[in-house]
Amino acid sequence: MTVAPAPATTPDALPAIKHDYLPILLPVALSALALPFVGNPTTWVTLTVAALAMGMMIFVIASGLTLVFGLMDVLNFGHGAFIAVGAYLALSVLGLLSGWVQVDALGWNLMALGLAVSVAMIGTGLLGWAFERVIVKPVYGQHLKQILITMGGLIVAEQLIHVIWGGDQKAMALPTALRGAVLIGDVAIEKFRILAVAVGVVVFVAMLVVLNRTRIGLLIRAGVENAEMVEALGYRIRRLFVGVFAVGSALAGLGGVMWALYRETLTAAIGGDVMVLVFIVIIIGGLGSVGGCFIGAILVAMMANYTAFLLPKVALASNILLMVAILMWRPQGLYPVAKR
Amino acid sequence: MADPLLTLAGVHTHIGQYHILQGVDLVLPRGGMTVLLGRNGAGKTTTLRTVMGLWKPSRGTVTFDGRPIGGWPTPDIAQAGIAYVPETMAVFADLTVAENMILAARSGPIDTARLDWIFSLFPALKKFWQFPAGVLSGGQKQMLAIARAIAEPRTLLLIDEPTKGIAPAIIEAMIMAFAELKRETTILLVEQNFRFAASLGDHVAVMDDGRIVHRGAMADLARNEALQQRLLGLSLDTHQ
Repeated sequence: MTVAPAPATTPDALPAIKHDYLPILLPVALSALALPFVGNPTTWVTLTVAALAMGMMIFVIASGLTLVFGLMDVLNFGHGAFIAVGAYLALSVLGLLSGWVQVDALGWNLMALGLAVSVAMIGTGLLGWAFERVIVKPVYGQHLKQILITMGGLIVAEQLIHVIWGGDQKAMALPTALRGAVLIGDVAIEKFRILAVAVGVVVFVAMLVVLNRTRIGLLIRAGVENAEMVEALGYRIRRLFVGVFAVGSALAGLGGVMWALYRETLTAAIGGDVMVLVFIVIIIGGLGSVGGCFIGAILVAMMANYTAFLLPKVALASNILLMVAILMWRPQGLYPVAKR
Repeated sequence: MADPLLTLAGVHTHIGQYHILQGVDLVLPRGGMTVLLGRNGAGKTTTLRTVMGLWKPSRGTVTFDGRPIGGWPTPDIAQAGIAYVPETMAVFADLTVAENMILAARSGPIDTARLDWIFSLFPALKKFWQFPAGVLSGGQKQMLAIARAIAEPRTLLLIDEPTKGIAPAIIEAMIMAFAELKRETTILLVEQNFRFAASLGDHVAVMDDGRIVHRGAMADLARNEALQQRLLGLSLDTHQ
């Protein structure tokens, strides 16, 4: 190798890097807009914290799904199965550890919860791996078949839950030390919501670190943009995809545990119930965008909580309206991923 | 030809219902640059993509460095030593120039001396090292796409229309860079710009209707306007 005698020169003025902070301001603007309508600041804080907690749970569930779509263009309507299975696995573990759950000691409670979450995530991660190999792999690149077969997988999973755990509604009590609220002035903040926000933030930061600071993360980001080119560079994108699918399923399992504890009840249909919100979140966030998913989850949860308080009759439709408004503004979502 | 680097023998490729390559026979010698010419739709890009495994040949054999690679998965073909620069450049727009290059160096950190050599070929990349590739100009993206292909030594570079939509000043710079590159590695270049191709190519193959219709030395074709007229429908003066 020799140094080129006449280096290639180009008209290369430094391009401007555009930082897009506008979507980040949306949740701030929405909460500020809600304040005069809610009226009471204490109620507003309670609603906002509830929205943040709900948003974090939806984000945890949706983050894997948005990467699965971005990376391999796979529409997985069976994601709800991992939410439900995760919740039921945790229910079983918490049932076995009822002594640790019922004692009024935060350490024991968190240990029980940690074990339940671990079992749920490992179980749903393995289930996700099998789901991808058996159900998704044969229908790569065929959207209609993906929708049909993954919905079929969801139905089968729900029926298997009925067989294993029974078809009745289950109670999922919070560990004793996580019940109740913390009082800050006049504002009562439920302890579990604080935990949910903390878990969501930890998952988000961990994903950002992995995506931006590791080679695997670079490959995922590159694969979301152009999977074919990643293969042409010599990487097996399908192996990466299986890994992302399994991790996404495990995160859905974690989200399922949190969602069931938040509602304190669960049925086999728990996944399907939350999936409508999850799909809205990944669409308005920008398919394949983790940052967009995070902002989208907070927005959706805020809209759901504020409208449930102010105009309960339009609460369900409010998020559809939010999605329409955002897509009219940014048709590819808040943070569209550059696609080939 | 003794010990060719790449041989396509009777290669047919279908894309959906379309029969694009209809028996391509191509022999690529080791070293230098072979240019693949032909009108739009002749099958040049499909030939490169078939070699790269992005489309599977339905018939025929593709042999690279003595190994039959037809039907191999794309990552295996890349690992065998073939790098590909697509017509679209396919730089990862949300990744920085540095991150694009890090991914291209599969075996670990990029060799510093090699990186300096790449910077000497494409100085703009050093300047924009920490910039997202999406903000680069078309010419700079093309430089990045080529730099990515040579981040590590490769046996064969497949480059698809690098001058398409690129400013003349950058094309001149690219000619110098390719002249340097072809001393290190074998290049199969698809190109519409005949002046660019003629200034760099050692060998030429012309495609039409999914087949190779002419093979020979580029210098012979560049000298022979009648042959250019017959094969390409344009003379050197006008086909740029």
